[in-house]
Amino acid sequence: METVAASEEEAHEEHHDHGLSDVGYIKIALILGVLTAVEVATYFWDFGILEVPSLLILMVVKFQIVVSYFMHLKFDSKVFTYVFVTGLILACAVFAAMGTSMVFWQNPSGCDLSAFC
Amino acid sequence: MTDVAESSTSELAYGRTEWDDYHHLPTNTGLTNEKITMWSFLGSDCLLFGSLISTYLLLRNRVGPATSGPTAADLFDIPFTSVSSFVLLMSSLTMVLAVTSIQRAEMERCKLWLLTTAALGAIFIAGQVYEFTSFYREGLGFTTNISSSAFYTLTGFHGVHVSLGIVMLVTMWALVSGGQLGPERAETIEIIGLYWHFVDIVWIVIFAVVYLIP
Amino acid sequence: MALTEERPEILELESGDTSASTGAFARPTNATGWRAWVFTVDHKKIGIMYGVVAMFWFLWGGVEALLIRAQLFTPNGTVLTAEQYNQIFTMHGTTMVFLVIMPLAAAFANYIVPLQIGARDVAFPRMNALGLWVFVFGGIFLNLSWFLGGGPDGGWFAYAPNTGVTFSPGAGMDFYALGLQIAGIASLVGAINLIVTIINMRAPGMTMLRMPVFTWMILVVQFLLLFALPVITVALILLSFDRTFDANFFNVSMGADPLLWQHLFWIFGHPEVYILILPSFGIVSETLPVFSRKPLFGYSVIVISGAAIGFMGWGVWAHHMFVSGLGPVGVAAFSATTMFIAVPTGVKILNWIATMWGGNLKFTVPMMFSVSLVSMFTIGGLSGVMHSVAPADTQQTDTYFIVAHFHYVLFGGALMGLFAGMYYWWPKAFGYKLGESLGKWHFWLLLAGFNMTFGPMHILGLQGMARRHSRYGPEDGFDFWNAVVSIGAFIILIGMIVFAVNIVRSWLGYKAGTVPQEPADPWDGRTLEWAIPSPTPEHNFDYVPVVTDVDDFWHKKYQPDANGKLRKIADGNAIAQKGDQHPHLPSPSYWPIVLAAALPLIALGLIYNLWITGIGLVLLLGAMYGWSLEPATDPDAGHDGHGDDHGDDHGPDNHDPDGSNEAESVTAEEAPVD
Repeated sequence: METVAASEEEAHEEHHDHGLSDVGYIKIALILGVLTAVEVATYFWDFGILEVPSLLILMVVKFQIVVSYFMHLKFDSKVFTYVFVTGLILACAVFAAMGTSMVFWQNPSGCDLSAFC
Repeated sequence: MTDVAESSTSELAYGRTEWDDYHHLPTNTGLTNEKITMWSFLGSDCLLFGSLISTYLLLRNRVGPATSGPTAADLFDIPFTSVSSFVLLMSSLTMVLAVTSIQRAEMERCKLWLLTTAALGAIFIAGQVYEFTSFYREGLGFTTNISSSAFYTLTGFHGVHVSLGIVMLVTMWALVSGGQLGPERAETIEIIGLYWHFVDIVWIVIFAVVYLIP
Repeated sequence: MALTEERPEILELESGDTSASTGAFARPTNATGWRAWVFTVDHKKIGIMYGVVAMFWFLWGGVEALLIRAQLFTPNGTVLTAEQYNQIFTMHGTTMVFLVIMPLAAAFANYIVPLQIGARDVAFPRMNALGLWVFVFGGIFLNLSWFLGGGPDGGWFAYAPNTGVTFSPGAGMDFYALGLQIAGIASLVGAINLIVTIINMRAPGMTMLRMPVFTWMILVVQFLLLFALPVITVALILLSFDRTFDANFFNVSMGADPLLWQHLFWIFGHPEVYILILPSFGIVSETLPVFSRKPLFGYSVIVISGAAIGFMGWGVWAHHMFVSGLGPVGVAAFSATTMFIAVPTGVKILNWIATMWGGNLKFTVPMMFSVSLVSMFTIGGLSGVMHSVAPADTQQTDTYFIVAHFHYVLFGGALMGLFAGMYYWWPKAFGYKLGESLGKWHFWLLLAGFNMTFGPMHILGLQGMARRHSRYGPEDGFDFWNAVVSIGAFIILIGMIVFAVNIVRSWLGYKAGTVPQEPADPWDGRTLEWAIPSPTPEHNFDYVPVVTDVDDFWHKKYQPDANGKLRKIADGNAIAQKGDQHPHLPSPSYWPIVLAAALPLIALGLIYNLWITGIGLVLLLGAMYGWSLEPATDPDAGHDGHGDDHGDDHGPDNHDPDGSNEAESVTAEEAPVD
């Protein structure tokens, strides 16, 4: 970590080595477009019980793709990942707990969602 | 850049390395301060949107007394929102193309992609203005009920983020055009790109959990 | 609102050698006088100003506390009306948390952290100034409410819907909600700045696990701020929207759930508790080894437990809400996590005791304050564990027992640590020590007054005296202990007067020559800030220190001999740097204070007239552009090695005729390659 100049150079090289080409980014965008189309399809056709899970999975996949490729997190320093993912995980965990508390625990007898949503 | 390793051979207790110019100091991680700043800010913004999205989810079906109007979800126009979501998604592609072109020192192309990105963002904002207006005409004001307050606050905050992004992109375009921002500062564009992509991923989440999940 | 800061950061990239100078206006150039302070970007001046402003608010918050105690001195007190009492206790809490302890910690963080990691300044000097001025204007804005219809009256926790327009019709809560958002922006800017500084600007060889514990604790605190502030920002925005634009978030008649506010507030509020205490933990982790003349016992354990407190602090917030109708599962879950979080805190206390154990203790004033933190905080920590037991907490909630608990951790913990830091680092900042005997008077009066004030509150609480009530009856049987408490509060006042006298006397003595000038290393210190002259030269370090150990400076002074016995091999003052170099420093700027001034305008407009908001927004936008088009380092300013002028004059006014200007303009023309 102390051979600063060297590590800077490394970071630089890494960046150019692993970033995608323009064509690669266009391909990524196409994939994202297709995933969005599938998402929208759930509105027009009935996916039954699969609807909510599939939407959530598609959302996570799209999120992941944009963050890893468009935002370079996959190729960039781990420092960025740590800072960002800490915030992300903290947000998910804390607000999941808050939601659980307000929707379920506050009303332990019936778990009647309609009363609380 | 001064080689800091040599200085440990100094006779003094503490090294003899001369300071370089303040803003060209070597960093411990080899990363620039600015980029860490942006990623920290985005990590912080996760909590901001986390609070807003969870507030909306907790309040989305609360309309109070029978007279207090529809919920936002009753009025969603999914085909319309799908198109504007797609526009925002594609603006991420043009943003990334702006970054790669300035990294290759293709300034004209960079300017074009910056403007395209800003224009796509503006189309998204226009769509949001249209959506808000039509909801308002259908009887869903900001103060109509709890659900409407939560909906407008969440999407409004996202809209403000997009608008600020547009201002930044246009400023970048002006700086590149004026020759004040050359390829040696490509990272500036990259960092603004990070912000822009973040706004996009927030919309990916909002589009799925607010609009599509019934 | 939180997103408005990132533009300057992004655009601050330009610096020096390739880009054109695009600054629209001349830069401030004064090296002395008030302008040298108001437009400064020097982390040391900013740190001192944080401290001075915070001590001013401490005085004001103390006056509020004394008004409360005067009111409660006797049954059916008549000093304050019930409305005034509500406003006073609300602003006492808000002031002490947001305008005293947080900025005092920011003062130390700003002043000490760059010195401890061997940096010349923070990563973004202008953002540092912005944080200070936003905090200053936020504090003024918050207290403007006193002159514009009365202070906030909903408690520092501002539980909605009690703070909605229906129950709090005055403008006070608007000032609270908007003022805290402004203060939050200040903390967020400062947090990001210090995170980047600590991650990126450590001296060569200073790995994360060679960092001083104070710097570590500040890093943990900045991460807590980074992630906790957005949550309260959202809560305050929802409250402002309710009050200003008639939104319905907390409108119970429309079916709102009051617990939403409580959750959002305490998701921020509990990490906030650690934001308040961890800087003091860091300070005593520096002072105890120095005055015990032993290394810190279990350095890595202290660091890891500090970080663990930071993480676990996110999972305990609902213990503030045990009686709010959380439901049995929630209560049990948060009860368990709260008991767990006592573990890393207890680990720290054991480590401090083990540090002192068998040491060659020197009871200087900073050491006495540090030891009192360890003992007083332990009392507060133990009553905290009592609260984690939900059935007991149900009895104690909203009584003076809770008041006693959090004053033992915040006064006995946080403030005692901050006073230890003041006495400890005073010679580094100002070149002289504060008087030892008056310091001891200060300490003993404070300790006695503190225990007399908050100790009996345990009894009052268990007797059932409720918090936040403006009076009690003679038949309640609370008179004796309330009188004791009020007398204790005035003893604290006397202690603080002694402190003020001590500062003035030491300063006058220093100017008259009777108080000696301190050398670089007056305490035989362990960390890098003692390796440079006192007071700190403007550029901090002549040379980048190269670090090979934890407590590196100590190891430059003491080494084991052949028998493994520690021998002094060098005198700290002799090997310290001389402070005689004149490197190129970041340049002062008008923009931070201009940008900061826009925020209270925007907020005032939201309360009174949206046109004022418009003016504020125009100012904000203009300041942002002015800021981003101004190079962070003035290219016209002097560079190293030119001239033999004195360090103080070597500011931006030092025009460099043969310098890089020409070269810059040439490259700027070449820059647009396309």
